[in-house]
Amino acid sequence: MANQEFAEILVTRKPGLIDLSKVWHAARTWPILPVFLLSLVVISGVAAPWIAPHDPDRGVLQERNLPPFWSGATTASKTVADSVALEDQGRLISLRQAQLIDPQAVVGDQIEVVIQPGGSTKYLLGTDQLGRDLLSRIIYGARISLIVAAITLGVGGTIGVTLGLMAGWYGRWVDEFIMRLVDVMLSLPLILVALVLVVSLGQSFTIIVTVLCLFIWPRFARQVRGEVLLLKTKDYVALAKVSGASTQRILMIHIFPGTINTLIVVATLQVGIVILLESVLSFLGAGVPPPTAAWGSMVSDGRDRLAGFWWIATFPGLAIMLTVMSLNLFGDWLRDKLDPRLRQI
Amino acid sequence: MQRFLLRRFIIAIVTVMIVSVVIFIMSRAVGDPRALLLDDYSTMEDWDRMGAELGLDKPYYQQYGIFVKDALRGEFGESIQQGRPAMHIVLERLPATLQLATASFALSLLIGVPLGILSAVQRGSIIDQFGRGVALVGQSAPPFWLGIMLMFFFSVNLGWVPPFGREDPRGIILPAITLGWFYAAANLRLIRSAMLDVLDSEYIKLARAKGVSSQTVILKHALRNAVIPALTFAGVTLGALVTGSLVVETVFAWPGLGKLAVDALFGLDYALLQAVVIVFTLLYVAASFLVDVLYALIDPRIRYT
Repeated sequence: MANQEFAEILVTRKPGLIDLSKVWHAARTWPILPVFLLSLVVISGVAAPWIAPHDPDRGVLQERNLPPFWSGATTASKTVADSVALEDQGRLISLRQAQLIDPQAVVGDQIEVVIQPGGSTKYLLGTDQLGRDLLSRIIYGARISLIVAAITLGVGGTIGVTLGLMAGWYGRWVDEFIMRLVDVMLSLPLILVALVLVVSLGQSFTIIVTVLCLFIWPRFARQVRGEVLLLKTKDYVALAKVSGASTQRILMIHIFPGTINTLIVVATLQVGIVILLESVLSFLGAGVPPPTAAWGSMVSDGRDRLAGFWWIATFPGLAIMLTVMSLNLFGDWLRDKLDPRLRQI
Repeated sequence: MQRFLLRRFIIAIVTVMIVSVVIFIMSRAVGDPRALLLDDYSTMEDWDRMGAELGLDKPYYQQYGIFVKDALRGEFGESIQQGRPAMHIVLERLPATLQLATASFALSLLIGVPLGILSAVQRGSIIDQFGRGVALVGQSAPPFWLGIMLMFFFSVNLGWVPPFGREDPRGIILPAITLGWFYAAANLRLIRSAMLDVLDSEYIKLARAKGVSSQTVILKHALRNAVIPALTFAGVTLGALVTGSLVVETVFAWPGLGKLAVDALFGLDYALLQAVVIVFTLLYVAASFLVDVLYALIDPRIRYT
């Protein structure tokens, strides 16, 4: 108590508008940045048609390969010549083209030529090789990632939870069967299977989601089963049984709620992996069919143009990384809050 | 132990069988191979004769039997692109993939384990912050993008290492980093959290109270127990490295199985694709089987869970 009074006497600071140390403390205790980035992704995905500045699939070829708004134009000094051979285009410029820039140009002059136009605020992050706005495509790409993640979690998660509940509750051969199935699924090289399916059946949204569901359900099932084994022995479950509650009721009302904390943590951490996998499939050309904007295929588009037009591949990849990073940070935070036992996943 | 081994072995067999069924269905879903093999002047008799030769006139389960029998002998037919037996091409490419996988695996251990220990021992220090940064990037960056960015900076801009290919021995550096980073991150996190748990336990306090040097406590008493979860993960890692090579080999034009698979896939070279997928699956399954067995030898508790 005395210390507190002293502290008040000694530290008399002017109350500033924003206390920086408090902001720092808050940023360390609460996942502010990850949640902010995640909400940005969710809002982009949901409201894409309203916030995207351009049509993501329609490009203006005259405005292709434009850099982001902050980079200036690249110029080079070239000599004006009568005729220019293809291999001399780096240092020479024909008279006719030179006169378009400077009407007074004559043969032999040195002239500044814009090789690559600068960025403008019309296309904040620049355009790709077909003149499509990168920012709009990234915003629409968020939509694909979100839809894939939502369906995968919904369907795969439900299957996983149901089978996990059954395995944990019934035990014996049901448990044995489901868990061995889980083992097999976990040792299946799924990306390879996905690629094979896509090539033989054609690129489609359904295949990606199916494969990702196959990937995700065993992880849920395993986690839920473990929880059920613990909860099953609790007294309140025995009481429910004695009072004549049906199996369905016990599972849904007495056991399932006990697994929710774990589920939330597992789900947040798995969504990151699902988004990564979806982008890998898109990158390899087995994702959502083009021209739909998906982050992975956008990186793939820009891959060969990296030397001249670095932004095409960089920004979509950055979007994937920041999204997954936010999910991981948020998931870690949730886990520490809800269920520190899960530190090993 | 025997029961555990048997069970684990059966799972491995079932996995390979599922993959083989997927491949079989795939090869039949694509269409009748006779449409490709016969020319325009063939007659209906040719069609039927070829069907009998290839076994296409038999019911599907018998066709699957033939497929498995050929697969066991390593016969998948000839590659359309190269006109050679598919299995030969696959075996030629295998060393490159194994080399890359070994390099990445070594890298993930060399970076992940020491950094994990240091992060846990000096919790909250600069090293810990650095380690967490490394782990966060490794777990969040899509591998293909990471590879492209590394290539852009270190090959295109700085010219330190060749951007792709296997001719120059330095060419393996970037692919190995790209592939190894994710697993280094995972190892780091696992070792760090396990170390934190172990360092907090009674027997470590006792060792410290006895006056055992800090180095001995960390390396001898703590690390041995902390390494178990990382070891479990190593099994998954070894297998997943194989799949990860699909992406990294494509990015860096590394002439291994991954690139072969992607090329075969988009060149519609089915014989080659079947051979690659089967070899990949065998590698994957064998790796995880081996590590599971090793793990059970080291930590007896696992056999009963």
